[in-house]
Amino acid sequence: MIHLPVVKATDRVFDIDPNEAPTHDLREELFQLEKEGELEVIRVPEPYMEVKTKFGRIKKIPVEKTWHHKSCGQCGHIPGYSTSIFWLNRAFNLDYHDPTDQTSCTAWNYYASATSNPEAQAAVAIRNFAAAHEVGYFPLIHCGTSFGHYKEVRHALVHQPDLRRKVRDIMKRLGKKLVVPEEIVHYSEWVYAMRDRIAERQVVDMSNITATVHPACHYHKLIEEDAIYSEEIYGAQRTAIITGVLEKLGINVADYSTWFDCCGFGFRHILVSRDFSRSFSVQRKIEVMMEEASPDVTVTHDTGCVTTLDQSQVVGKAHDKKVGLPVMSDSQMAALAMGAHPYKVLQLHWHNTNNKPFLEKIGIDVEKTWAEFEAECAKIKSGEKQYMTWEDAAK
Amino acid sequence: MALDLSINKYADVPYEEKERLFDEAKADGRWEHVLYGCYECGICVAACPSARFYDFSPRVIAQAVAREDVDLVYTLMNDSVWDCSQCFSCDRCPRQNSPGQIITVLREVAVRNGLQTAKQALEGYGRIIYKIMSTGSQVSPDMLQPNAFPDWGKHVHEISENLEVWRKALPPETLHTIETGWKVDEKTIIELYLIWHMTGVMNMIEEIDEGLFMILVDVMEERLEEAGYDVTFD
Repeated sequence: MIHLPVVKATDRVFDIDPNEAPTHDLREELFQLEKEGELEVIRVPEPYMEVKTKFGRIKKIPVEKTWHHKSCGQCGHIPGYSTSIFWLNRAFNLDYHDPTDQTSCTAWNYYASATSNPEAQAAVAIRNFAAAHEVGYFPLIHCGTSFGHYKEVRHALVHQPDLRRKVRDIMKRLGKKLVVPEEIVHYSEWVYAMRDRIAERQVVDMSNITATVHPACHYHKLIEEDAIYSEEIYGAQRTAIITGVLEKLGINVADYSTWFDCCGFGFRHILVSRDFSRSFSVQRKIEVMMEEASPDVTVTHDTGCVTTLDQSQVVGKAHDKKVGLPVMSDSQMAALAMGAHPYKVLQLHWHNTNNKPFLEKIGIDVEKTWAEFEAECAKIKSGEKQYMTWEDAAK
Repeated sequence: MALDLSINKYADVPYEEKERLFDEAKADGRWEHVLYGCYECGICVAACPSARFYDFSPRVIAQAVAREDVDLVYTLMNDSVWDCSQCFSCDRCPRQNSPGQIITVLREVAVRNGLQTAKQALEGYGRIIYKIMSTGSQVSPDMLQPNAFPDWGKHVHEISENLEVWRKALPPETLHTIETGWKVDEKTIIELYLIWHMTGVMNMIEEIDEGLFMILVDVMEERLEEAGYDVTFD
């Protein structure tokens, strides 16, 4: 008889060891290319925070000097999302830059229609990175798709010399350098890294709240090794993003069986084939969350996810589906916990699903805060004010 | 509707033409990084959202390209790739394939060659291409109109009625915009147009929608000329 050593499942320990990582550390290759004069690496400015990624490598997250690469979907349709990110930076009195020398990544269109090519996509990315570098700030990417796509672009530039040459030539004609950030950083990684400081400033008790989390596909599935993981969150078997922040705020994060599934956005589908987006979002995400976790809110960290999960519930309701779950971003939840105004800052009136029960459960007077927002609108309508300012939002 | 994967559907397309398109896909710089063969384990299908709602299978696509079945690849390039959600859930392939990226490449070939099925898949999408190419932003506040999003309910009416005031009631100064998501510098747009010009992207637009191409050319050439650039897209 052959005796094989048996390790019981309960005795096994899943160590995250960067030396055992199945992939190379792209940053080492980046710095090597810089030595060879192929490109210039934009360093993460100090002070920075350190977090662990999927295979145990350390990723640097800048505290400030951040150049906010905004999201077209967030700014266009759910602007309280990005406003909350800026509000958090202002609340901590951090130096940040909200640029006008920025285009979107154009990747939503690329994944939807393929009416572009790798050279154009990489050139758009590097033009934005160069714009950040020229003013002395480090790119912080607001959109999950921009984040995932830029990781793909960086990967391609490292491994495809011909693409590198083409993009370098394009940048030269634009009067710019081929610059690549040392780290591609998503804003939710910044929120995660700041979670202790956010919790220290928490003024709204959220301990009676149950939330579900939807991680954005392009955050943790594209170049998976660059997403944040932690032994404390799901035993490092799932990304720690969002969940780590919500738990720090005292929120009960409830699991559900379709956590890994996408939201149904589909890129092309959400714009011209929404029957798919609606069906998937309601049947595979919202209904499952409602039936298995009975959450007060679901929290995600990407443009398309908020939009799809929120807007799809309208038709779900018409079909008597189990819907009615408010959808928010982690930046909005963090800002709300720190006392940000639900309408002047979080701008929740741009969201569709009724969030009143959730707000009332954490003690927010919905009628009063909405009236405060409407008073600001009235001043704009009457011409008394041209815009609502940050100072107005703080009142 | 069930997907017809028989050779009959596109029997009238010469094999050499199908092979030319497949060769174009294989010549893409990404190809060797996204295809390593296929175990046919079906993990990609289990993770795929589109497979739940369409007769769609990333496994079939990975198999077809891995064994270089030219006829089948052509059929899939026409009748299947546009169902993909591009979420990249399939990237958990144990053989390190990326069926989603394979599809991205196949879609690009379909667009570049003006396949009729690609034009059909992108019907109604022209206004989005116009927006992204001319402004650098995929969506904008003024797109929130009831006729564009009737299934989003009465909330879209409320937004469109209050759009101007609500945009002014945003604290960040860059967000007081209607036609773009944020305020974009003129020089930034010019640089974007120059990128489109230098990378041949406008040729793809011409293949897929000639009318849209002509409108975009008018807009871009005028702004480039005002900025001092003598550039034509023809």
